[in-house]
Amino acid sequence: MSKELEPLADPGLPEHIHRKADIDPIAAKRAERQVAVLFSLSAFGTLLFIYSFFFIKEDVFIFLPILGNTNAHQLGIGIGMAFGLFFIGIGAVHWAKTLMPDQEVIAYRHELKSEPQDRAEFVKAAKEGAELAGLGRRPLIKRTLIGAAALAGLPGVLMLRDLGPLPGKELEKTNWKSGTRLVTDPGGRPIKASDLEVGAVAQVLPELLPGQKRTLEDIGKDAVLLIRLRPAEFQLTAERLSWTHEGIIAFSKICSHMGCAVALYEQTTKHLLCPCHQSTFDVTRAAKVIFGPSARPLPQLAITVDADGNLVAKQPFTEAVGPSFWERSS
Amino acid sequence: MSARERVAGTVANYVDERTGAAAYLKKNLQKVFPDHWSFMLGEIALYSFVILLLSGTFLTFWFDPSMRTVVYEGSYQPLKEVEMSAAYASALHISFDVRGGLLMRQIHHWAALIFMAAIVVHLLRVFFTGAFRKPREFNWILGIGLLTLGIVEGFLGYSLPDDLLSGTGLRIAQAIIQALPVVGTYISFFAFGGAFPGEVFIPRIYTVHILLLPGIFLALITVHLMLVWYQKHTQYPGPGRTEKNVVGYPLMPVYMAKAGGFFFIVFGVTAFLGAVASINPIWLYGPYTPGQISAGSQPDWYMGWLDGLVRMAPPIETHAFGHTISWNILIPGLIIPGILFTGMALYPFIESWITGDKREHHLLDRPRNVPNRTALGVMALTFTLIALINGGNDIIATHFSLTINQIMWFSRIGIIVLPPLAFVITKRICLSLQRADRELVLHGKETGRLVMLPSGEFIEIHEELSEAKKYALTQHEQPKAIELVTEDAQGVLNPKGIRAKLQARFSAANAENIAKPTAAEVKELEAGHH
Repeated sequence: MSKELEPLADPGLPEHIHRKADIDPIAAKRAERQVAVLFSLSAFGTLLFIYSFFFIKEDVFIFLPILGNTNAHQLGIGIGMAFGLFFIGIGAVHWAKTLMPDQEVIAYRHELKSEPQDRAEFVKAAKEGAELAGLGRRPLIKRTLIGAAALAGLPGVLMLRDLGPLPGKELEKTNWKSGTRLVTDPGGRPIKASDLEVGAVAQVLPELLPGQKRTLEDIGKDAVLLIRLRPAEFQLTAERLSWTHEGIIAFSKICSHMGCAVALYEQTTKHLLCPCHQSTFDVTRAAKVIFGPSARPLPQLAITVDADGNLVAKQPFTEAVGPSFWERSS
Repeated sequence: MSARERVAGTVANYVDERTGAAAYLKKNLQKVFPDHWSFMLGEIALYSFVILLLSGTFLTFWFDPSMRTVVYEGSYQPLKEVEMSAAYASALHISFDVRGGLLMRQIHHWAALIFMAAIVVHLLRVFFTGAFRKPREFNWILGIGLLTLGIVEGFLGYSLPDDLLSGTGLRIAQAIIQALPVVGTYISFFAFGGAFPGEVFIPRIYTVHILLLPGIFLALITVHLMLVWYQKHTQYPGPGRTEKNVVGYPLMPVYMAKAGGFFFIVFGVTAFLGAVASINPIWLYGPYTPGQISAGSQPDWYMGWLDGLVRMAPPIETHAFGHTISWNILIPGLIIPGILFTGMALYPFIESWITGDKREHHLLDRPRNVPNRTALGVMALTFTLIALINGGNDIIATHFSLTINQIMWFSRIGIIVLPPLAFVITKRICLSLQRADRELVLHGKETGRLVMLPSGEFIEIHEELSEAKKYALTQHEQPKAIELVTEDAQGVLNPKGIRAKLQARFSAANAENIAKPTAAEVKELEAGHH
């Protein structure tokens, strides 16, 4: 703020101290040689790159401490390129620091703002310009121009319409229907209750109809996890218990938080854990959220068996699978 | 005149006669730049950007940004005959069947990590030294813009290879879009051309990643540098350095050599990392499918804090009138980052309002001399750091034998409690450091030499500081609090009311400093010594 608080006068720039290379020609010569050696190291690096690129086979591995088994071709070209670049840099900096002038110089700053006269003239010119165009005097022109310009921006937004279809009810539908057989993923084989031991987990998908092809979008909503417990371990409502079959319970594998695959099953605690954000679901209590950021249980798929004993879906999912969205009603 | 000089003269003449550049270049070749290691942080960001352009261009020659399904036939045996997208297959091709391809991929990824790290550290330097003050507010905002774009650009970049990890990241991004009230599902269906993942997203973000955003980057970086050039660089305070001058070395030859050399050093170090340190080994993850995931899925570090916030969010959703609002996604994913970045962009204006200081500043602050700003910075840093730690909670849990629950609860409580604590502690440390500076100026440096006086008394010899050092420790200004005017002489109430009260309050907190030695005190001491 005020100058009287400043206790000491500025002693000014400290005196310049010459470096050894400035006064001693031998030291200068030495510095010159050092720079030359650094530049030569760079050239050596580039040669290493060229040699490795052409003459080291790409499947040769060598053992190095710390790095372990390393691909010699990759290492050779990488280290070669790194040395080739790095030592040019070090050489240039060393050159600047030892041999180029190191006397600090002073330049003066000028306040950035323009002279008052210039500024006044600019404002006047801008005003005059606007006046000559007559925008102020002709409001009709101004208003229609603003309206037209705003409208002219619309096609730019509208043309993006065909980027994709409207969502419709797409997020609420899956390929699970009443009677759809559960098939293993991978493999695509129908699965029987006896295929799963108590404690086992399996990923299943709905069986494809003849000629149907499975897309990633299908997997993104159809993936289901089967888990087999002892029936006595369940703490479910009567309705939800009727959705299980001989201790086998089925949940959507797509996390109700942000849609990652809920792939970690802890057998001892019977918890399902999503590796993305650690939402934890209790299998015995219909995938109730017991920890983490997810606010909803994983949707449960009602299953039963068909005449051949294969596991099938009893009905479609009763709610949308995957992460929440505005139109979701529960 | 030697032949070489004659040629140089002719060339210079030829160019100047057509451009008139000589007058401009003459002045600018002599441009003075102050020297300090912390001024090189922004340089690292700039050079990493150049490395990104070079290595990225190389990668585009082979990368096929297509989601059509192909069967892998390349030389990486474990994935032979596996169905995957053409994008993933071509990323594998670059890694295993193009000589230098893996090196370039790794250099590209390392350069992106270094780019973001350099931007963040550069931002911290600018913040803590007050380099954002008038006249540099525009450049501060440009910098925040570059940081934001950098996060987006980096995320899009590691989403391109379409491996299991990158697809998982995209799924999360899609869930954030889908969670937007009213428009979420529409934007998501438009962006992905239908349900996730669809077949159009990678070609679309490819255009954004290699054309649109780099173009915007180039434009913004150019303006950023032009402003630095035009406004002249700030400098640290010290003898001979004032608000009116800039002390340093001329561009030609010293900075040409130093900065040019530094580019090669940064490139060399990045290449070295690319050569020896594996990064994003996409072949280990396998192709993306929404039904699978690998444990320990981690985003790149500059996204980690956002992921950490999402992980620690409490499980809150609102279901009403047939609609759902996912606060557990919106708050950590959009609202908090939005507040942080807006606050950061507005900070120069907030500070100038609090201090009432509208002057130009070219001398940097020592962070201790502005305790409130420094404490605020450390507070924000603490917040982000806890979020970042929580972003790696699964990795930390397995490495340190902790449970995820412990880390999550530490973060949930810590993110509220620790930042204010960091503020208080930092402010106290700053004031203590000011006190230490005052001691140093008035009583000199402790030498550790004990002397016994004839009277038997022991004293420690203190060595007086040099004039230069004393000046450096006392040259700063100490702000005065803005007095609150509730009513003027005529008894009219201040119409600014609560705003004036707030300003007075903040500025009083801002003016809390240890009084630096006054001229009288120093003189008195000098009289005593001699």
